[in-house]
Amino acid sequence: MTRGSKISRALDVRALRRCLLVFTTPIALAAWVGATVGTAQSANFLSTMTRYPESSGEALYDAICQGCHMADAKGSTGAGSYPALAADSKLEAAGYALLVVVQGQKAMPSFGYALSDEQIAAVVNYVRTHFDNDYKDEVTVADVEAARR
Amino acid sequence: MYQAMTSLGHAADSTYVGPIELPGDPKGASILILGAGLAGMVAALELRKAGYKVKVLEYQKRAGGRNWTLRGGDSYVELGGARQDCAFDEGLYINPGPWRIPFHHRALLDYCKRLGVRLEPFIQLNFNSYLHASTAFGGKPQRFRHVLADYHGRVTELLAKAVNADRLDDEVSAQDKEVLLASLRAWGTLDRDYSYRPGYFSSEVRGYEKAPGGGVDGAPLPSTPLAFEDVLSSRLWRHLSLPLQHDFQHTMFQPVGGMDMIGKAFFREVGDVIEFGAKVTAIRQNENGVTVTYVSDGAEGVRQASADWCLCTIPLSILSQIELDVGAPMRAAIDAVPYAASLKIGLQFKRRFWEEDEAIYGGISYTDLPIAQISYPSTDYHKPGKGVLLGAYSFGLPATEFTSMTPAERVALAVENGAQLHPQYREEFENGIAVAWHRVPWTLGCFGLWNTATRAAHYQNLCAIDGRIVLAGEHASYVNAWQEGAILSSLDAITRLHKRVVTGK
Repeated sequence: MTRGSKISRALDVRALRRCLLVFTTPIALAAWVGATVGTAQSANFLSTMTRYPESSGEALYDAICQGCHMADAKGSTGAGSYPALAADSKLEAAGYALLVVVQGQKAMPSFGYALSDEQIAAVVNYVRTHFDNDYKDEVTVADVEAARR
Repeated sequence: MYQAMTSLGHAADSTYVGPIELPGDPKGASILILGAGLAGMVAALELRKAGYKVKVLEYQKRAGGRNWTLRGGDSYVELGGARQDCAFDEGLYINPGPWRIPFHHRALLDYCKRLGVRLEPFIQLNFNSYLHASTAFGGKPQRFRHVLADYHGRVTELLAKAVNADRLDDEVSAQDKEVLLASLRAWGTLDRDYSYRPGYFSSEVRGYEKAPGGGVDGAPLPSTPLAFEDVLSSRLWRHLSLPLQHDFQHTMFQPVGGMDMIGKAFFREVGDVIEFGAKVTAIRQNENGVTVTYVSDGAEGVRQASADWCLCTIPLSILSQIELDVGAPMRAAIDAVPYAASLKIGLQFKRRFWEEDEAIYGGISYTDLPIAQISYPSTDYHKPGKGVLLGAYSFGLPATEFTSMTPAERVALAVENGAQLHPQYREEFENGIAVAWHRVPWTLGCFGLWNTATRAAHYQNLCAIDGRIVLAGEHASYVNAWQEGAILSSLDAITRLHKRVVTGK
């Protein structure tokens, strides 16, 4: 992906925010800019903010996942590591991938609050069929609904 | 002590009760401290003073942890390998992590005092800064004081109407009614007929169209309030209450010269016991002590260090990946805390146009754009030459999206966003540096995110001493994301640990 297209994608985020206007409630904003209290991570804050605008699996990966798992999905290591998603045998179990995206895992925050069922299915299907992964059984919106329960 | 503090009106602000006292002889007990951030260095300072043999292992080549300042000449390599060389002029900086200290963060302020860290005011609230909503007012940023005055004015006007129409008689006695009306008039700068309108009353808060001047042409012209429906639908009112919240109330402070003056002051005290470049890979304990395995980036390769006790301040984002001999409850707690996304970008400009052109001296402008905030330096006003401002400070979704960009893309977007508030950006911008906290190699995230459910299930288990190991850091506090939380957590952990050492309980 070129730099220019990534920036324009970021500007699309801004355009979306123009439509939605509501960033957050003052109380939740305070929680985020300073001490995170109680339910700061709950839907209370972010559901009123916005949702990620991207719809394709690739665009969602580029906007969200690659922040930690990197553009090549090979992860990265410092004092700790972000695991590689490339050639990842754990992804064979589609339900596992769905749960991690919906609920988070250890230090990884949940993304279920900010993505629709369609988006979650798209990004999981994308990762499971790219980066040297070749799992052809697609997850469906119904699978995502089940994972949210 | 607590009672004495309460009677002085202090304790409600803080649980800090003054310099820690650790009575009793640890009889030469040794402690290994993991992490040389504020939590780790507070513990090193106090435990050595109390008679412990202290050693600190730190992954980075510097002390301070998230207490961190970037200046010209610094370079920073994030996860993924992107390197940024900070090109700020001499004396200019940003604090990528903590950057302000509330007056009631008494533990941190006390250490600043004891360690000789000079403080200056941090401007949180600036009535002349901007509030910006990209779809409201034609995308034109509004002055904080205009939104404040017009919101208060119109709301009090409405309330006064309700009172005068006897609509609140069930709630307010006849006697109180008069006082309430007087207070509404004063608070909302209403006219004698309780209306908020262009005039000298309202202009006293929102400012004049033509300011009062001197001499023959000195007569002012009042300003005209914004349309109330525009104020409401813009949602700019949501920024008005932030500086009223306890964590952001003036007085706020910053160290003179950069937040890392605090870390450097601690380093002067305990630097001799810190080993840098140590990546911890395993923490083992038995009834006799603790052994930590680490990879040294010196020539030595894999090494081990042992001690009677261990205070671990490693962020949970990393600790959750390290082999660790603790019971299931602490393990579950370590695994239960996700880490927040956050982003800061420093931008250097050819001149301090926000002061020269717009009379903005310190403070913060807020926007609904991904950058979320622009903060102007709280110091060196009118200094000739270049200036650095904080060109983005965001959390949540936009911070996650920024993290996924390259540093150059983040800076470019911050300039594009910021130019919507300050068109001068286009002419004056020179260079920038972006820190996305999920890419920081030694934290893998900004701070621990607790919620009500995880607090209830895990917080006590995270804080409890497990055999010979105890955890500390902002994650083991209710003051998350603040340095005060790291210090209060550390003081509590070493108090409990010391008691166990000297009493065996």
